[in-house]
Amino acid sequence: MATKDIVLDHVSIRFGAYTAVDNAHLVIKGGEFFSFLGPSGCGKTTLLRCISGFSDPSEGRVLIGGQDMRGIGPNKRPTALIFQNLALFPLMSVADNIAFPLEVRGIGRKERRKRADELLDMIALPGVGDKKVHELSGGQRQRVAIARALAVEPDILLLDEPLSALDLKLRHHMRTELRAIQQRVGLTFIYITHDQGEALTMSDRVAVMNAGVIEQVDPPETIYNRPKTSFVASFVGETNAIEGKVAQQTEALVSVETPFGRLQGRAAGGRQYKAGEDCILFIRPEQLSLEGGTPNTLTANWVKEEFEGNSRQLFLEANGVQLRLTRVNLGGTPDNLSGGTVSLGFTPEQAIVLPHGALAGA
Amino acid sequence: MNRGTGGGVVATGFSLLFFTFLFGPLIIMVITAFNSSSFPRITPWECFTTEWFGVLFANDRLMSGLANSLVIAVSVVVIAVPIGLAGALALSELGPRLRAALYTVLITPILIPGVVLGISTIIFWGAFGRSVGADYGSIFYSGMFLTLAGQVTFISAYAMLVFLARLQRFDPILTEAALDLGATPGQAFRKILLPFLGPAIGSAAFLTFLASFENYNTTVFTILSGNTFTTALASKVRHGTDPSLSALAVIIIGITLIGAVVHEAHMRRKEVMRTGTTARSRIYGNPVLRTLVHPLTIFVILLGIAGFATYQGTQHDAGVCKQQILDEKRARQQELLEEQRRKMEAQKQNQAPASTAPAEEPVKANPSPFGGAFKSNGLKPGE
Repeated sequence: MATKDIVLDHVSIRFGAYTAVDNAHLVIKGGEFFSFLGPSGCGKTTLLRCISGFSDPSEGRVLIGGQDMRGIGPNKRPTALIFQNLALFPLMSVADNIAFPLEVRGIGRKERRKRADELLDMIALPGVGDKKVHELSGGQRQRVAIARALAVEPDILLLDEPLSALDLKLRHHMRTELRAIQQRVGLTFIYITHDQGEALTMSDRVAVMNAGVIEQVDPPETIYNRPKTSFVASFVGETNAIEGKVAQQTEALVSVETPFGRLQGRAAGGRQYKAGEDCILFIRPEQLSLEGGTPNTLTANWVKEEFEGNSRQLFLEANGVQLRLTRVNLGGTPDNLSGGTVSLGFTPEQAIVLPHGALAGA
Repeated sequence: MNRGTGGGVVATGFSLLFFTFLFGPLIIMVITAFNSSSFPRITPWECFTTEWFGVLFANDRLMSGLANSLVIAVSVVVIAVPIGLAGALALSELGPRLRAALYTVLITPILIPGVVLGISTIIFWGAFGRSVGADYGSIFYSGMFLTLAGQVTFISAYAMLVFLARLQRFDPILTEAALDLGATPGQAFRKILLPFLGPAIGSAAFLTFLASFENYNTTVFTILSGNTFTTALASKVRHGTDPSLSALAVIIIGITLIGAVVHEAHMRRKEVMRTGTTARSRIYGNPVLRTLVHPLTIFVILLGIAGFATYQGTQHDAGVCKQQILDEKRARQQELLEEQRRKMEAQKQNQAPASTAPAEEPVKANPSPFGGAFKSNGLKPGE
């Protein structure tokens, strides 16, 4: 299906002196499942409302299919928005909800009903058309909201944290479902979330936002494995952050002077560091091992342990730095480490060295 | 009643007193409507009669006032409800500071005494009429127009309060969703917001109708030389009352009771429908009973009872009884006259030896300047 590209051309959105979105510049390709990931208040919903037409950017342009959208209202744009609370019309039946976009376009009652029933079949909810919205379960409402948005046959579907109100199990189920629907209809999905699990599992590409700034735009694996900023590294997935100063760099390997002594990691994105520069070395908990490895060995005190079924989280502390280590549960006897000191190691390729910057949740 | 909290006799007694206080006057009023005595009272009970209803409907002043009141009330509903809705919508769209200011302005007419509103309405429109050169036959000097204008100023604010309360529960996201799905702002208003406000429109219409119909203190000024139901009623009370007002009370109480019972039936039915306990309920599970307690059935039954009572009332003739009462009164009057005469004669005989001149006094007193109003039988009660 030929769907339209969306171009955010140096978009900034300001409310008075406050900058909600600062110079967002990216292209979302037609047919892509694209996520904006960031903590609440990072400007992702503002950006979404700007794309859907509820506000215009203070600076820059939003182009859909090459056309500048400035001054075009939400009812004239080829976008459909799925709201956080779904915004299903409580006084209408399910079928009337789905057929609402057709009704306002002056399509006859019979035709509307036929189309609504087709869409209900598509979302695997046949026969609920005459029910009221409040008679449906959370997951069913979710799907009805999607069907209603698809009834306009939009080029772009915008989703504003639509899964946040669902319970965990349903949320996991709906992730798969959403992805399946997107692949079936072939539309561009723009998905807003603060849940990295949602963003990573469903998206073709993810944009990580912090304080109005888009920090990185990449496929999920790259976001996780090769974060470009310290915010992305600390926001996406669990990680251990060890602050230090660059001692020296040999090609991609950087030696960092840390409270644990000198540790080695790889420089993110082939970056060249100056000696003495402030930096942070990031190492994922699942990449830390209990065997001291060369050249990266550090000792820490055991604090506590948490059993999570498939894994065991070890919380450690040394030199004022909190560390976390994940041991996959392979069914063996648990390591008896309580109260003692532990020796840890990792290979330089697993650690990543990034310039000093803001950390998520700090 | 909970005995554990020390209820018992005191609480029962208090409740009885309370309900007597509430409903006593109404009950007495209803009874007086059927007493043939021409002053509304229960004792002495004379005859059961329905003639006061006839007297009521034969009163042109009241009936034309009623017609005026209905015309004004309907017009007020038609004008005040949209104005109130517009005000409420404007308030819900504004920022907090402007909102507080506008709210104060819009609510002021409710706080201003109705008398002030009435007088200022006349003065304002009079001045306006003069400035555009309208004469006294023009609309600016018409009681109906002035009453409408005066009432709308503050009744719109009532409607606005009703809409504000409902709008606070409206999720503006729904309007945004409608716009996003391709609706124009007008369509979003008609298809999303207006249906949501449906119940509020109903209650606002009801409230404004009642507020207009029963308004007195503004209307008594603005209606000028005309009459609405309330002003006609008030002047009738001032000029002396008769049981036709009690008859009116009976009619109003009847209408209220029918309305209340039908409404209650409607609410209970809705509650059962909402909770979905239809099948389990002993009444709503049975098809015959369910039809019987449907609000419409109840309304028809009550209307039938009221109609039957009215028909029976028109057939009732209290003539014989009244004649009997009249005869009794005449007999009693005669008796009193006789007694008086005997007394006077006895007095005359006692005084005769002293002088003859004062004996002529009572005879001369008869053609008095008050047309005999102070004759002994002129004070006879009940006429």
